[in-house]
Amino acid sequence: MAPFIRLRSISKHFVDVVAVDDLSLDIEKGELFCLLGASGCGKSTLLRLLAGFESPTKGVIEIDGQDMGGVAPANRPVNFMFQNYALFPHMSVTDNIGYGLRRAGMRGTELAERVDSLLKLVRLHELGGRKPHQLSGGQRQRVALARALARRPKLLLLDEPLAALDKKLREDTQFELVDIQEKLGTTFIVVTHDQEEAMTLAGRIGIMDAGQLVQVDAPRRLYERPKSSFVADFLGTISFVDAVVASCDKTSITIGGDLNICAACDDDLPVGAAVKLAIRPEKIYLSRTKSGNVNEIEVVVEDLAYLGFATNYRVKTASGQMFKLQQQQRRSLDAPLSWGETGYVHFDPQDVIVLQD
Amino acid sequence: MVRGMGKYLVNLPAVTGRRLVIALPLIWLAVFFFLPLVETLQVSFTSPRRGIPPYEPLWGIGDDGLFTNFTTGNYALLLQYWSDYFGPAFNSIKLAFFSTLVCLLFAYPMAWWIARSNEKWRTILLVLVMLPFWTSSLLRIYALIGLLNPNGFINTAGLWFGLIDAPIQMMQTDFSIYMGMVLTYLPLMILPLYAVMIRLDADLLDAAADLGGSGVQIFRTIILPLTLPGIIAGSLLVFIPAVGEFVIPALLGGPDQLMMGKVLWTEFFRNRDWPVASAIAMLLLAILTVPIIYARYQDGRDAVAETPNPKRVEAG
Repeated sequence: MAPFIRLRSISKHFVDVVAVDDLSLDIEKGELFCLLGASGCGKSTLLRLLAGFESPTKGVIEIDGQDMGGVAPANRPVNFMFQNYALFPHMSVTDNIGYGLRRAGMRGTELAERVDSLLKLVRLHELGGRKPHQLSGGQRQRVALARALARRPKLLLLDEPLAALDKKLREDTQFELVDIQEKLGTTFIVVTHDQEEAMTLAGRIGIMDAGQLVQVDAPRRLYERPKSSFVADFLGTISFVDAVVASCDKTSITIGGDLNICAACDDDLPVGAAVKLAIRPEKIYLSRTKSGNVNEIEVVVEDLAYLGFATNYRVKTASGQMFKLQQQQRRSLDAPLSWGETGYVHFDPQDVIVLQD
Repeated sequence: MVRGMGKYLVNLPAVTGRRLVIALPLIWLAVFFFLPLVETLQVSFTSPRRGIPPYEPLWGIGDDGLFTNFTTGNYALLLQYWSDYFGPAFNSIKLAFFSTLVCLLFAYPMAWWIARSNEKWRTILLVLVMLPFWTSSLLRIYALIGLLNPNGFINTAGLWFGLIDAPIQMMQTDFSIYMGMVLTYLPLMILPLYAVMIRLDADLLDAAADLGGSGVQIFRTIILPLTLPGIIAGSLLVFIPAVGEFVIPALLGGPDQLMMGKVLWTEFFRNRDWPVASAIAMLLLAILTVPIIYARYQDGRDAVAETPNPKRVEAG
């Protein structure tokens, strides 16, 4: 079966910038897909292309097997939820939600019932008579969601849906959004710059940079098996080690020099090839004494930050290599290493990511 | 002690400064708007006389103590000869109404276009809109006469290029009057419209289109209601001075259309009947302001209804 949404070699050029650059992507029906990237990476433009507010300079957009070239926003099975919600300020909540339905010719009790069920879906059934300026940020966000869902779109596009909410509310709303998406089975494409939001919401995440998709994968794979140092660095914290392959036997590589690190590796890398090793902070163990594990390196504590549930360390080897690591506070009376103290870090070869860019 | 002094020294000029900023226009309005208005009202209730000023004082203290010259005779006169005044009043209101309408029809798309153009162009276009204000309006009217005259620029050019066989009569017609009115009052319509349009979020239009609105529907349901305050403000700014407009119909119009401004002028300066002239002015003012005040009052009530349920604090 053909994918529900298919973008083929999409480019969008504005007068002075290339916002989307030869991008291809397939999205399945019912998926919650996140486009994640820094501001200006082209993710919002891609969303506006799907909505039909912009048309691509090159390439084809297919939704549900239909070419969207020349199809106006109103005639696409797509609705859009704006970052600032774009609620009509002169209309009540009910009229905002019913706007799309009225345009489709719905009137009377049918309209009232549909709006009512949407109000219940987003838990606003008491507030139908209010105007947007009489609502809190979270309530406005839910009105915008209900309005965008009213015409039962096959695809809902959400531009930074939670960015305007404060942190606490954002966390609750994330789960609510996922619930609604699962309940309705509508395909969602969410644009965000917030990686935590993307990780929580999405089944798959596409990471964008300079108008291109750098990597598309499930959140876990993106985090644990990034394919480039850009992705590794973009998601979370990571320590990089520039290295040269000293030996490789298809299951693991070793690097020489003053750091002797062994890493699991599926590829066949020639001896002498330049690679970048990347290790996540929570995968690095720090101890006061030598433990005899593989990949054990003597380090000095440069910096530490006590977070309560854990402590973040920056440690340095004798050769000047930095590692960022996070140590969980398992027992409260542990005597943790302090500034300038010498200790040992070690990490599992399985947890070392080998990057070749 | 010293710290308290410092606070005093810092705050005192700020407070007086703020008061001064409010007080200056207030004094200005009191002296040049309110006092003349009260004076006109007084004069409208006195009787005329030969002399300077050409009316009896409304009240004063004479040999026999306090005296008054209060009379409603001027208003009675207006009622008695209402048909003489109805025509000019109707002409003036008609002229003002259609001038406002034509200004609105031209200004609305212009303001929209300016508000939607990029920032650099916006500034240039706004300056172009306001530029005519910097020349005397009388000068602009004379320039228009130069264009529209039977031997003016347009007719001469038309004859020269063979587009017309004989000069077209444009002066002393409704056309020339409305040209003059629109030319003079258009910026007053464009600016308030521009002010509401520049604040109109473009996302609202995208949202309406996304929800299935056609161009006409988006205009009717989103753009029109949200720009209505600008339409009202601009219409008032054009309509009110247009009713009293005296110069433009006198210079550009024919002799057949008597306007209220001309009637006032005649009463004041030809008949030297200031009390009747004042009564006309006051009546015209009442006719114009009562609907406006009523509309504002309605607006105010809507605004109160829109505020979120205020928490009522019950006494006791």
